[in-house]
Amino acid sequence: MGVGLLNTIEVILNGLMTGVLYSLVALGFVLIFKASGIFNYAQGVMSLFAALTLVGFQNGQIPFAELINAVFGTDLHTFGFTMPAILATIFALGVMVLFAIIVERLILKHLVNQEPIILFMATIGLAYFLEGFGDMMWGSDIKTMDLGLPQGGSFWFEEVTQGWAAEGADYWGMYIDVLDVIAAGVAVLLVIALTVFSQYTKTGRALRAVADDHQAALSVGISLRYIWVVTWAIAGFVALVAGSMWGAKSGVQFSLSLIALKALPVLMLGGFTSIPGAIVGGLLIGVGEKLFEFYVGPMVGGATENWFAYVLALIFLVFRPQGLFGDKIIERV
Amino acid sequence: MSIQAAEAARDDASYAAQEEAHGIDPRRIGDVVMEMKNITLRFGGVTAIKDISFDIREHEIRAIIGPNGAGKSSMLNVINGFYHPQEGEIWFRGEKRGPMRPHEIAHQGIARTFQNIALFKGMSTLDNIMTGRMTLMKTNFWQHTLWKGGAEREEVEHRRRVEEIIDFLEIQAIRKTPVGRLPYGLQKRVELGRALAAEPKLLLLDEPMAGMNVEEKEDMCRFILDVNDEFGTTIALIEHDMGVVMDIADRVVVLDYGRKIGDGTPDEVRSNQDVIDAYLGVSHD
Amino acid sequence: MLYREAGDFKTSYADDAQTFPIAFDRWRYYAILLVAAVLVPLVIDSYWAKSIMVPFLVFSIAAMGLNILTGYCGQVSLGTGGFMAVGAYASYKLMTAFPELNIFFVVLLSGGVTALVGAAFGLPSLRIKGFYLAVATLAAQFFLVWLFNKVPWFFNHSATGQITAPERTVFGIAVTGPSVPAWASYLFCLAFVVLLAWLMRNLTRGKVGRQWMAIRDMDIAAEIIGVHPLKTKLIAFAVSSFYVGVAGALFFSVYLGAAEPTEAFGIQQSFLVLFMIIIGGLGSIFGCFAGAAFMIMLPVLLKNVMVGALGWDTTLATHFEFIIVGGLIIVFLILEPHGLAQLARLMKEKLRLWPFPH
Repeated sequence: MGVGLLNTIEVILNGLMTGVLYSLVALGFVLIFKASGIFNYAQGVMSLFAALTLVGFQNGQIPFAELINAVFGTDLHTFGFTMPAILATIFALGVMVLFAIIVERLILKHLVNQEPIILFMATIGLAYFLEGFGDMMWGSDIKTMDLGLPQGGSFWFEEVTQGWAAEGADYWGMYIDVLDVIAAGVAVLLVIALTVFSQYTKTGRALRAVADDHQAALSVGISLRYIWVVTWAIAGFVALVAGSMWGAKSGVQFSLSLIALKALPVLMLGGFTSIPGAIVGGLLIGVGEKLFEFYVGPMVGGATENWFAYVLALIFLVFRPQGLFGDKIIERV
Repeated sequence: MSIQAAEAARDDASYAAQEEAHGIDPRRIGDVVMEMKNITLRFGGVTAIKDISFDIREHEIRAIIGPNGAGKSSMLNVINGFYHPQEGEIWFRGEKRGPMRPHEIAHQGIARTFQNIALFKGMSTLDNIMTGRMTLMKTNFWQHTLWKGGAEREEVEHRRRVEEIIDFLEIQAIRKTPVGRLPYGLQKRVELGRALAAEPKLLLLDEPMAGMNVEEKEDMCRFILDVNDEFGTTIALIEHDMGVVMDIADRVVVLDYGRKIGDGTPDEVRSNQDVIDAYLGVSHD
Repeated sequence: MLYREAGDFKTSYADDAQTFPIAFDRWRYYAILLVAAVLVPLVIDSYWAKSIMVPFLVFSIAAMGLNILTGYCGQVSLGTGGFMAVGAYASYKLMTAFPELNIFFVVLLSGGVTALVGAAFGLPSLRIKGFYLAVATLAAQFFLVWLFNKVPWFFNHSATGQITAPERTVFGIAVTGPSVPAWASYLFCLAFVVLLAWLMRNLTRGKVGRQWMAIRDMDIAAEIIGVHPLKTKLIAFAVSSFYVGVAGALFFSVYLGAAEPTEAFGIQQSFLVLFMIIIGGLGSIFGCFAGAAFMIMLPVLLKNVMVGALGWDTTLATHFEFIIVGGLIIVFLILEPHGLAQLARLMKEKLRLWPFPH
């Protein structure tokens, strides 16, 4: 195979793996939107918070150390012991479930009949709140996440792909980060699990009922509040996985919360209410972004990944306002 | 001419002769002002309207009736230009209608009320009815940036006309109330006011009396008849209450499952076997 | 008993439609104008001007712009930061290319340029509605910031990529640049605020405002009664962007002095202005000022309390700020989704009857 083609394949593969992670984040959005009609802008910050909590537990950090030190003049930072990754993950999950319960009780319950824009604004407020809260709880310095997962390029894959190039070509094989592959694998598993959960379990069915019609769901005995807690807890779990994967890749820091923003074009492409849409949209955006940057980026100074996804989604929406799989909007008068 | 006499006159078959006998101008009903020819409207696999033709004459009150789902509201939406029929022609005031957007059709002089009230909830009664004057306001954007002069003058002038409509509909007390706070019956009245404000050539009313009690219905009937009498407005009316239809309509067209099954005066339609079958639910293919 | 309406009746429609029908309101308005135009410039100092009044005035303008688009016309936009950038960079290019051009016209022209850009980005609004439109405006936001970062023509090929406002004067007194007296920057911005608030009042009280609100409340019915949907939306985008562009130009030339796209005009600005109009009240001119005051004053207040009085370090203060701002937004949305303007209206109702309770 020609080197050009091999490079393109490499870009596509990397794009697919990034895309899977986007899909994962987008899934969190879709779940909450389907169940409660709320577009949860805080999903990104939830990922950051979940990752921070995980790392915090792992390193034995004292929560709110910053605040305690300021108020009492002490200089505490850690408890001194560390936690194994598995235990830390379970605790972090517990924190996210607790978070879901608190959010439902303090916020969602009170905003039941408001217009979508108000709900959206509330989640933006929540995002700000959680960001400050997370930073205050665990500190805003960059942390490395060490989950014991292998990292770095896969030498085996490099060798194999090197062999695909023509004889004597100046080609060193494809670079695929092992961590990326693992992340993609985890994401795929999670997506399958969520889809199965939603389609085949009783709670999943209840979730879909609530997404369709709150009143009707209530009338057959589904507790709206319980479903909302479940939905936000699942979203929290998704946030934890997404946060861990991204965090392991590039460290746990503020930019993690910007993933949420990336999920938006994914949702626009795939439709806000569709799980397969989130998956396909994520993959399309992931690949599209990388290809565009690879081919067009050098001509315009690079960093096109900042905006390409949005412009792509925008153009797409002009021709198909409901996205690929979203429900067609039929306006009646 | 009292309302009762006018209504009594309409009950008879040869209403023209009757009207002459009672002193109403027999040329009150004019020429055809709107004609629908072979309209077919489909939504994906569902055919909402199948090959329907009928006309509406100037100054008349034309009722469109039929069981639920017959395609009546869809027909009004076609007249408005909101839905575009796949087949058929629409002729308005002697001209065939080309592809037009709803706001262009509004400028031609067609106004409408809606089945599920479509008032602008964020505005007061006065503002809602003022929006009805949209097609008659001529000032441009730049005049409005200055306000004083042309824009203010036009506002005041149109406000005067709107106040006349408010008087006519007896809703003076609620003119500054946000319409979201009004009871259902009053909202329907405000919506009628908004449609009247446009001084339309053709007024479409989609179930104007839905959900009203007897007194409110009588009020609404009175308004509709007054509008037709005083302003000579041609009215097309969807209505379920047979008593109302028989009383105030000049001619009736009956729809069922997207097809026309009757067309004529209220008496002719009342004795039409197909119509009776449709309403009694006799199955047919 | 103070707030008298009895006996204060109107005899013409023009009088009935005036902005302040109640005499007390009118006098209060004149008093505020007097204080703002005469008293404040005499006593204002550099700290107050730089940290509070100028950003308040500038963001009031931005809030007015976004309120026109989102509050009156119902088109949600998350691109405010990007459009402020357009205004800023337009003013920079105009100032450097035409040094003789008076800064007043530079700002207005920058607004005009932004209006055109805004209208262009508003074209998709005919097909895309609600949420989807909000997300689509993000495309504008990110693209514009990237554009101003990458394309050297915009920052005159400077090595740092930053733009700096050269000194410009009005009637011989500097309003941009390093040596501006506090009252001058304040008055310059105040002039624009008064002009643009007057303009907004004129547009929203008549046909144009009603067309916008009709589209916001029920766009299908609006179209059926004769509102031209695309033209109305584009005008909303254009006017709104004009305001935001003016705000951006002032933000850069008078307030910041030097700017860099991501930091000054990133998405956090878009959210900031959106918070302002939500907290202030959608569809209300007073709400723009209330919201801007709230969002500008709050961080200053918090900083003064936490860092000044309690001696905490600034990172902790920033974290607290986020917590409080986020929390307050949620509380506001739960308690009074129609914002401070609605609260003010309710207070006025109470005041009319005072001292009677009901």
